[in-house]
Amino acid sequence: MAKSANPDPSEWVAQYGDYLFRYAMLRLRDRSTAEDLVQETFLAALKDRGSFSGNSSESTWLVGILKHKIMDHFRHQAREAPLENGDLREQPDPSAFDGSGHWTSGPTDWGGNPADLYREKKFLDQLTKCLAGLSPNHANAFTLREIEGEDTGEICKVLNVTETNLWVILHRARMQLRRCLETHWFNKSTEEGS
Amino acid sequence: MLSCKDVTQLISESMDTSLPIGKRIGVWLHLLMCKFCARYERQLLLIRETVRGLVGAEETAGGTLWEPLSEGAKERIRKSLGNP
Repeated sequence: MAKSANPDPSEWVAQYGDYLFRYAMLRLRDRSTAEDLVQETFLAALKDRGSFSGNSSESTWLVGILKHKIMDHFRHQAREAPLENGDLREQPDPSAFDGSGHWTSGPTDWGGNPADLYREKKFLDQLTKCLAGLSPNHANAFTLREIEGEDTGEICKVLNVTETNLWVILHRARMQLRRCLETHWFNKSTEEGS
Repeated sequence: MLSCKDVTQLISESMDTSLPIGKRIGVWLHLLMCKFCARYERQLLLIRETVRGLVGAEETAGGTLWEPLSEGAKERIRKSLGNP
């Protein structure tokens, strides 16, 4: 029944609720915002049932609606919290380089090539914490680029910044995130031998 | 000569756009000589790859890393759908 061209709303929450919620959580990292957007997605889908063509699966259709809601959320956040000077300050981590631009203490060796990290729940938790430590503009830019896989032109529109500013923002976001993961994950796990 | 500070910015930029040839050569030469910047680049790429793996795993395998939608929220959403 769910695969027919007549979506059956009574089944939606049971069938797609978790999936949509996880999709939203990965991008928003905030439970109540994710819940709200999933709810809005279902409501919009209900209102607009006629637009479901049956050419794509129901889940693809719903994710498409959710994705729009998430983009709107980022747009709204960018308007509410415009770039501050700190967002573009050249150096996110002033102690990383000396006066002539050389590393004061360079990146440490993370050991081996931990290729399957994404399967580890604890790593995901740490990544989430590190992303939460970035300013909203940095975290959202990183999310749009690396999680959503948008190109920079599109991200500039959503966040309402110039391309040059976006490069600075992404640089800062990556540098801070790398530092945070090094401190709280890679160095920690070698020290504790876990 | 590019400094490490310049090169870290350019490494990030090269992940979003294609650098002009002069800068690309400058970065390449620097990375040949600088262990820290080479490591920095590898680590940024590892983070990118890990995040992509995470997205792929969540979306294809139905995701088990995040908690599901809570029963309370499900109930609330069901009700809102019943009385739109």
